[in-house]
Amino acid sequence: MSSDLPSDLSPAAAAASDHSTSVSNPPSLLRLFVAFAKMSLAGFGGVLVWARRGIVDEHKWMTADEFNETFALCHFLPGPNIVNLTFVFGSRLRGLPGSIAAFSGLVGPPALIMVVMGALYHRYGEIDALRRILSGVACAAIGLMLAVVLRMMMPLFKRRDVIGLLTLVATFIAIGVFRLPLASVLLVAIPLSIAVTFAMRRKEAA
Amino acid sequence: MNSDANPVLTLALTFALMSLFAVGGANSAIPEMHRVAVDVHHWLTDKQFTDVYAIAQLSPGPNVLIVTLIGYSVAGLAGALVATLAMCVPTALLALFVSRFLARSSHTRWPSIVQTALVPLSIGLMGASGFILARTSDRTVVAVLVTVCAAVLASVTKLNPLWMLVAGGCLGFAGLIG
Repeated sequence: MSSDLPSDLSPAAAAASDHSTSVSNPPSLLRLFVAFAKMSLAGFGGVLVWARRGIVDEHKWMTADEFNETFALCHFLPGPNIVNLTFVFGSRLRGLPGSIAAFSGLVGPPALIMVVMGALYHRYGEIDALRRILSGVACAAIGLMLAVVLRMMMPLFKRRDVIGLLTLVATFIAIGVFRLPLASVLLVAIPLSIAVTFAMRRKEAA
Repeated sequence: MNSDANPVLTLALTFALMSLFAVGGANSAIPEMHRVAVDVHHWLTDKQFTDVYAIAQLSPGPNVLIVTLIGYSVAGLAGALVATLAMCVPTALLALFVSRFLARSSHTRWPSIVQTALVPLSIGLMGASGFILARTSDRTVVAVLVTVCAAVLASVTKLNPLWMLVAGGCLGFAGLIG
């Protein structure tokens, strides 16, 4: 745990030493950058699998439990999950500079690729063959997203979580069909959903 | 709305605000990105938006980088940089702050309650993302079939998703998608 960190580390790492981590010798900022760049560039259609493989299996910077805990936290907070995870993780190893190094690795190289793709699209996007290819890719990509939705819905069905499913359908209709602004929908839905979940837990406990 | 005055500033504010409401990740925010980019600011057409989504899926890296492409379409390199940072940094700092706070205090059951409460919302949002994109994209029977097949294959097999994207691209190139 954190208390066995050697004392001769950089101040940044020392500042982070009150967080649990199983690493006794944190990697350099450059290694963090390179490791996250590799995970990110390997990740087509999502980086999470590669992040787990890199952080837990390959580098052993976190145990599987620590990874799950950190991911759960980053999943319930708003924003891109994997970016949150990278930031929190980088800071546990090397403080804020660690966060920045890991984040730059995760986002920098693929963002450059995006810019190149964007430039190509602007130049050649009107070419008929390319338009047709992208239409086909989009159809398949939408299917992949629906698969994630189905997989995430299964536990709700198994638990016969009627309230959860109703919340899900209401959110879908408000955003997908009526196209209401996200902020106003969530400002109503989040407190409501938390209140209902809290009430259900109390009922179960009673 | 006078968004043309300073598009970079508009991008920064738009995505920083949006990221705070992206519960369950970047794909949950796609309906909002579509609403803002296509309906409110007219940065992209419907077709361009689905193209941008397809390009983002074809490229490596986190899903959130679709905002890099939207930013690039609006204001070139500066737009790409600002949109990416605006979407990532505020919530990442929030995550950092909360994780430090939780590391110091004893773990309460609030994170678990909040998470249980947010899961149906984020699934609903992702479903809405798929629906909004499909309305533009799946206009022929073959197109719908490609979407359904990809959804089924990704649910029941461990096939690398990249192959499904490639297969979709090939069918599109052959002129079957319409």
